[in-house]
Amino acid sequence: MSILLKVDNVHTYIGQYHILQGVSFEAKAGEVSVLLGRNGAGKTTTLKTIMGLTPATSGKITFDNKSIEKNPTYDIATGGIGYVPEDQGIFGALTVEENLKVAMRKEDDAALARQEYVLELFPDLKKYWKKDGGHLSGGQKQMLSMARAFVNESKLLLIDEPSKGLAPVVIEKVMEAINEMKKQTTIILVEQNFIMASKIGDTYTLIDDGETVQSGLMRELIDNEELKRKYLGIG
Amino acid sequence: MELLINLLINGLATGMLIFLLAAGLTLIFGLMDVLNFAHGGLFAWGAFSGVWFYGLTNSFTLAILGAILTGVVLGFITEKLIIKPVYGNHVQQILITLGFMIVLSEMLKVVFGPNQLAAKTPPLLAGSWEIGDVIIIKYRLFIIIIGFIVFGIFQFILKRTKIGLVVRAGVMNKEMVQALGINIKKVFLYVFMAGAALAALSGVLMAPYSGVIYAEMGMEFAILAFIVVVIGGMGSFPGSLLAAILVGLAGSFMAYYVPALSLAVNMMLMAIVLIFRPQGLFTAKG
Repeated sequence: MSILLKVDNVHTYIGQYHILQGVSFEAKAGEVSVLLGRNGAGKTTTLKTIMGLTPATSGKITFDNKSIEKNPTYDIATGGIGYVPEDQGIFGALTVEENLKVAMRKEDDAALARQEYVLELFPDLKKYWKKDGGHLSGGQKQMLSMARAFVNESKLLLIDEPSKGLAPVVIEKVMEAINEMKKQTTIILVEQNFIMASKIGDTYTLIDDGETVQSGLMRELIDNEELKRKYLGIG
Repeated sequence: MELLINLLINGLATGMLIFLLAAGLTLIFGLMDVLNFAHGGLFAWGAFSGVWFYGLTNSFTLAILGAILTGVVLGFITEKLIIKPVYGNHVQQILITLGFMIVLSEMLKVVFGPNQLAAKTPPLLAGSWEIGDVIIIKYRLFIIIIGFIVFGIFQFILKRTKIGLVVRAGVMNKEMVQALGINIKKVFLYVFMAGAALAALSGVLMAPYSGVIYAEMGMEFAILAFIVVVIGGMGSFPGSLLAAILVGLAGSFMAYYVPALSLAVNMMLMAIVLIFRPQGLFTAKG
């Protein structure tokens, strides 16, 4: 499989703080790559840096054979990267319908068909079509955020902690949706819930103190008790 | 009864003029997080350019269009040269926009002369109707109607169009709007130009209402507009309308019944709202 995204020795400062101190990994087309690590390791900043929200100070980010580390966020998004932030980024005073409408870059037949598809994927959104985003439950907000990122034809989806704060039954639904999405797009997932990550992920990258520690196949990590204990505090 | 109706119409007309000025300000602050103290300067330029266009064409419609065009052009220049370099820094925004406000006022004196200018009411809108004992001044009614029409148009744009949705979404979460592939800086520019156009419209409508215009008029009305934005809620269009009407009516009634308090009433209104509802009467954030 071809490499869709390559992050090469990326450093990022937020204010005076040196958050990413050499993150490198690759995401192959059609796979789910999971970024793992403790709280504060730099996983969320890595996704934000790919999106240009906290631009890289140095290093290279190549997406679809184009260098994107200097591009503005909107350009990166229109280039084919969808983003589901940790806080879901729902526009609370807009309805579900309006949230999706803001996200849809074209409103042609293909886009509307895609909207229908995401509504089949997340039937709750159809049910609460005219409800304000701010009045949805945590799980519904997560679904709306994912639907919004998926409603355009993105080659890559960045999903930040989709299970955070959700009830186990909702996590199951979110997992099912991600499994469905991975049939159509490449996904980079940040996830603290290792059970969920190990079920969905094809590859992993361990990040610790803003640096890549190790990358590899998820099935290898599942069997590596020492690595899990040392960097994830489990096992 | 007739006195109450007259005070009501006066208050509503003043409120609508303040609303038109505050509407731009609230959008600019709500979406762009920019404290634009030069907004009053755009209002004054609207008044002067409107009077100039009226003198040139003898058409009040062309005067309004000319003033709006002046506002749009000045808005474009102000955003590009003055506001863009200071996004995200409130202190610098206050300093540079206050400075630019003075520049705009002084430029008016350079272009139109240092003296006050008389502003005539167009013949069609001059005079009044008498209904029973109630005297309705035509021009005030015209301002009220224009205010509601502008409110309706902007509400339609904000609620029913894609650009309106983007603006509302941008007020709530700018970062997310960009992550959805929208160039928020371009949206900022459009909103700033629209806000400047509204300020200029308010200025050109104010000219015949007050009869005279002067270079410093911008600062006086900008203060009222800021009070309205605080009362109505930052970024809220309906909030600005309600607050502007409240400020207009309070000013009108207090000036008649308790003249000594007519200047303080706006500050009192703002203080009451800030004590009981610090976020303003409405909120645009989700």
